[in-house]
Amino acid sequence: MSRLSERPPGAAVGDPLAHESAALHVTGHALYTDDLVQRTPRVLHAHPVSSPHAHARVTGLRVAPAYDVDGVVRVLTVEDVPGVNDAGVKHDEPLFPSEVMFVGHAVCWVLGETLEAARLGAAAVEVDYEPLPSLVGLREAIAAGSFQGGQPTVERGDVETGIAAAAHVFSGVTEMAGQEHFYLETHCSLALLDEAGQVFVQSSTQHPTETQEIVAHVLGLPSHAVTVQCLRMGGGFGGKEMQPHGFAAVAALGATLTGRPVRLRLTRQQDMTMTGKRHGFHAEWRVGFDDEGRLLALDATLTSDGGWSLDLSEPVLARALCHVDNAYWIPHVRVNGRVAQTHKTSQTAFRGFGGPQGMLVVEDVLGRCAPLLGIDPVELRRRNFYEDGQDTPYGQPVRHASRLATAWDQLLASAEVEQRRAEVAAFNASHPHARRGLAVTPVKFGISFNFTAFNQAGALVHVYKDGSVLINHGGTEMGQGLHTKMLQVAATALGVPLERLRLAPTRTDKVPNTSATAASSGADLNGGAVKAACEQILARLEEVRAGRELTWDDLVREAYFGRVQLWAAGFYRTEGLHWDSTVMRGHPFKYFAYGVAATEVEVDGFTGGYRTRRVDIVHDVGDSLSPLVDLGQIEGGFVQGAGWLTLEDLRWDESGTPSRGRLTTQSASTYKLPSFSEMPEDFRVSLLERAHEDGAVYGSKAVGEPPLMLAFSVREALREAAAAFGPTGVSVDLASPATPEAVFWAVQQARSGGEEPVEGSPGVEPEQPDADRPLLHPRSEQHAGRGA
Amino acid sequence: MEGQGSVTVNGTPRALAGTRVHTSLLDFLRDQGLTGAKEGCAEGECGACSVMVARPDGSQSQWTALNACLVPATAYDGQEVVTAEGLGSPDRLHPVQRELADRGGSQCGYCTPGFVCSMAAEFYRRDRAPGEPDHEHGPNGFDLHALSGNLCRCTGYRPIRDAAWALEQPEGADPLAARLADPAPAPVPSRVSASDAGFVRPADLDEALAVLAEHPDAVVVAGSTDWGVEVNLRGRRAPHVVMVDRLPELRGVEVAEHAVTLGAALTLTELEHQLAGRVPLLDEVWPQFASRLIRNGATLGGNLGTGSPIGDTPPALLALEASLLLVSERGEREVALADYFTGYRASVRRPDELIRAVRVPLPLSPVVGFHKVAKRRFDDISGVAIGFALDVADGVVRKARIGLGGVAATPVRALATEAALEGRPWTSETVAGAAEVMRGEGTPIDDMRASAAYRSAMLANALPRLFAEVGDR
Repeated sequence: MSRLSERPPGAAVGDPLAHESAALHVTGHALYTDDLVQRTPRVLHAHPVSSPHAHARVTGLRVAPAYDVDGVVRVLTVEDVPGVNDAGVKHDEPLFPSEVMFVGHAVCWVLGETLEAARLGAAAVEVDYEPLPSLVGLREAIAAGSFQGGQPTVERGDVETGIAAAAHVFSGVTEMAGQEHFYLETHCSLALLDEAGQVFVQSSTQHPTETQEIVAHVLGLPSHAVTVQCLRMGGGFGGKEMQPHGFAAVAALGATLTGRPVRLRLTRQQDMTMTGKRHGFHAEWRVGFDDEGRLLALDATLTSDGGWSLDLSEPVLARALCHVDNAYWIPHVRVNGRVAQTHKTSQTAFRGFGGPQGMLVVEDVLGRCAPLLGIDPVELRRRNFYEDGQDTPYGQPVRHASRLATAWDQLLASAEVEQRRAEVAAFNASHPHARRGLAVTPVKFGISFNFTAFNQAGALVHVYKDGSVLINHGGTEMGQGLHTKMLQVAATALGVPLERLRLAPTRTDKVPNTSATAASSGADLNGGAVKAACEQILARLEEVRAGRELTWDDLVREAYFGRVQLWAAGFYRTEGLHWDSTVMRGHPFKYFAYGVAATEVEVDGFTGGYRTRRVDIVHDVGDSLSPLVDLGQIEGGFVQGAGWLTLEDLRWDESGTPSRGRLTTQSASTYKLPSFSEMPEDFRVSLLERAHEDGAVYGSKAVGEPPLMLAFSVREALREAAAAFGPTGVSVDLASPATPEAVFWAVQQARSGGEEPVEGSPGVEPEQPDADRPLLHPRSEQHAGRGA
Repeated sequence: MEGQGSVTVNGTPRALAGTRVHTSLLDFLRDQGLTGAKEGCAEGECGACSVMVARPDGSQSQWTALNACLVPATAYDGQEVVTAEGLGSPDRLHPVQRELADRGGSQCGYCTPGFVCSMAAEFYRRDRAPGEPDHEHGPNGFDLHALSGNLCRCTGYRPIRDAAWALEQPEGADPLAARLADPAPAPVPSRVSASDAGFVRPADLDEALAVLAEHPDAVVVAGSTDWGVEVNLRGRRAPHVVMVDRLPELRGVEVAEHAVTLGAALTLTELEHQLAGRVPLLDEVWPQFASRLIRNGATLGGNLGTGSPIGDTPPALLALEASLLLVSERGEREVALADYFTGYRASVRRPDELIRAVRVPLPLSPVVGFHKVAKRRFDDISGVAIGFALDVADGVVRKARIGLGGVAATPVRALATEAALEGRPWTSETVAGAAEVMRGEGTPIDDMRASAAYRSAMLANALPRLFAEVGDR
């Protein structure tokens, strides 16, 4: 057991604590960025002038009419930018564009004494556009060869050899939609000038350091002149990893030009039309199985819909390619990836970060092929699990692979899967208009940023003379309970009761150069850093103690008078990682998180409507740092994943009408996330036991993203229920999202006997990339491909 | 007449002076520094803005949860509002807050103050009593529909449900429980000329009609669940807003020998209680109509007044052969609902007319059904909605009335299908034949809610589904 993972007796980690801000949440006392506006005098409000075109050149911009509107103070345009006119890290996102790239793209921003004045001022700004051709659908972009960024391939073995040896070969296309984050709190920044012209930005951001950097480079300032603070977020889910920067920069620019605080808060409609979402993907695949249903080869080409700029599309794609295997050993693999450029919002990080899309491909393959192979899908999946000693296609050993089978077998027993499947069959035989399905799916998810440099974190821990402790760290709180866990880590490391500890809001002037709170790594990284800081302090205090029995307060007081440093900066970097994105090989992940889920649904044959009757989950969080928090992440992630796969339906206008490119589901009334009626009626979650993780803080594992993918079980259960309306052995295609309408069409497909089986045919080879295609740049996460 | 008095928020009067007519109650509260209630969507879908309002319950009061983002603050002159801040404080949590906090009911916490208010309103519901639990009701009688208008993106809802179902009855000393014994504050008639528009809360129907006659450009607002969306999302502004939601002449339910008359300004929640099951078809509509939060504000008059083709009550009311009582200074006229809609969001209602009431003729046909096809079971908008009212006697369909929503520019009757049913035996053969006729009703289109093909398929499947549900009685 490593020192990092060793857990002392009586530790505060492991206690099922409520969220550290729970009492503030429930009383309305917890403050979010926009709640600060009332406490800030003389605030100006910002409103965008938004493009009505999917793609157009801006040929004229007349801002004078805006100044005729009562209460308009300033219009911000490209001429006002003292630094670089760019809101991203790849220099492909002009903050004030001369060419608009999607409907809703902000051409300029109007500041007003009230939001109403800014809104009316924005409406008065006159913009001339020269419309240009646009690509809206992903298939359109593929057909047009519209790609951006690198085109990596993960390859192992020889696909042709595997296919040639296969007893059964199938091919198909799998398409999946994107997903709107729909954090309840929309993007918000509040910028003001400090003394001496320093810029202070309150921002709802998962990545304060990068927000700081973008604000600085737009304003032409060094990073030390800009401070970003994030009190907390009303949800992030990846949507506030890259996307807040431009909004913070606009607010900061307005504040520097007017000398007044500027608030920029997006309405829900603006947030949905202006900010990036989960990438939709298109995948062509060819797969070979042996006679027992063992995977021999998978050949696939994945194309993501990146939207108008690169943003995080390359690392999202890389993670998708690294997760196509999910939990399954596939000897021969070739997975190509590319990012389409379309005239839509620039798609971005979203919980899972490409992992869900990659994994959905293999789960769709198994779900569709199981009936054709004549093998029970539960058995087909189990038969293909990784075993100890096997490597992933990118060359990393699958550590603790046997935990998959352990969790699977535990779940089959605890959820009484065998008995319930018999009950499902009996129900289906006796109900003419309804069918049930019960499916089980696994998750294996790699933990760490693929890009090695991001796997570092810092913390700053102060012990004051009165014995109270203040903790700063570089992670942000978006509801995932990171601060709760960090308090538990610090209390454990110092051996001090929780009530003596306080956690300060995340600020770039306390802990610099932080990574985004993303990739599920918040607790691993910042926990390591907090622990390291605490242990430095504790080591000094132990010298003072010199073996005596002293209370904490006495010890601290004595140390102060003995001129012993009572604060420390902690640093942590994940050891043992390496990754070469140019060849897509290495050891990018510290470990894998595992989970399995069994979901039972009931589908109405008249409408395709359905309900989730019961969900059972066994999930691996290592030795939990905070079981109530982890349970919340598992349940919430599952339901969010179910939303992506079943309900949440991004529709873009692909017509040739003037509204082409518009997001038609741009509000809460048209874009539906799960409500109470979609909650599993019976929801049973347990944590995998004896799951100590030797390489992570106090033996825990990351939990933010992996549970989202447990929701594949919902999709597969719907597929099985739809199939049960037809004869046995029917392979059912199910669109993603599997809305009631989509399920209805799947039911109709099953009733009509299903598609023609393709068994035995050689399979269609997916489109292969050009040999001279651009590969991923070694630092594509951070820099432009060109010479950065 | 006075105006711009004050709203009592958490027991403290807050002056309305200077408040614009198009300022929502939510923005008013936040401007007062009460930032607990949040804006999540500004259209009454997410409930992050939920607050409690004291509403009349006979001679007593009830705490009613409403979307503060939708209603004009000016309309709350003299009213009592409670926000999450008013229920408890971090060191003195309200029972609802305690359960939510302890059980992991908050993660990011942004939706939480809204959940707290919706949950507290149900906590204080006078007729909430322990009973046999099911998927939508806790052992403490807590009805999950009370939370159907609140969205949470973090928790997956299970801990919130468990918190709701763990609540006991309010303690005797609970001041908000004690408050219920007294009458709700009366509406304060007012005329306000704010900087952006005029606002009128008339004292009675006569005054309302006079105002409408004087200002044909006035927007009539009751629950503001539609108007609030127009203001917030589409930037609509009106020169005059006339609030009719508390007009006593519009708030009665009358059961006579030949008809039930429903006041146009009763909220749907009030209607549900006052009808107490007298119109079974409407009882199928209520739980499927938006969310409880919306039904606490929305009115029948509003649902018909907007003329939307996807309102949920018109298909049912068409099946019930309902008519509208339209009143103006020139008098009252009765218009059959089937003749009321003239086009997309257009009707025969003249600018000076108010919908006073909806009349449902008696006797009611015994075989009824309301099918709403949508993505979500709670809190959604119909792709297709179908109301059935069939009179089946001795195994023969004597009369068939079917109303459709979402398949044309207006709600429509399925006349050809009705003809294919009437006079025929109520058998699977008749149903199968009529279902094919019904497939061709309306002129469905593709949109983001459903494809035209799916809408037609849903029309075709509706009668077989009804037949499967009610059997061959």
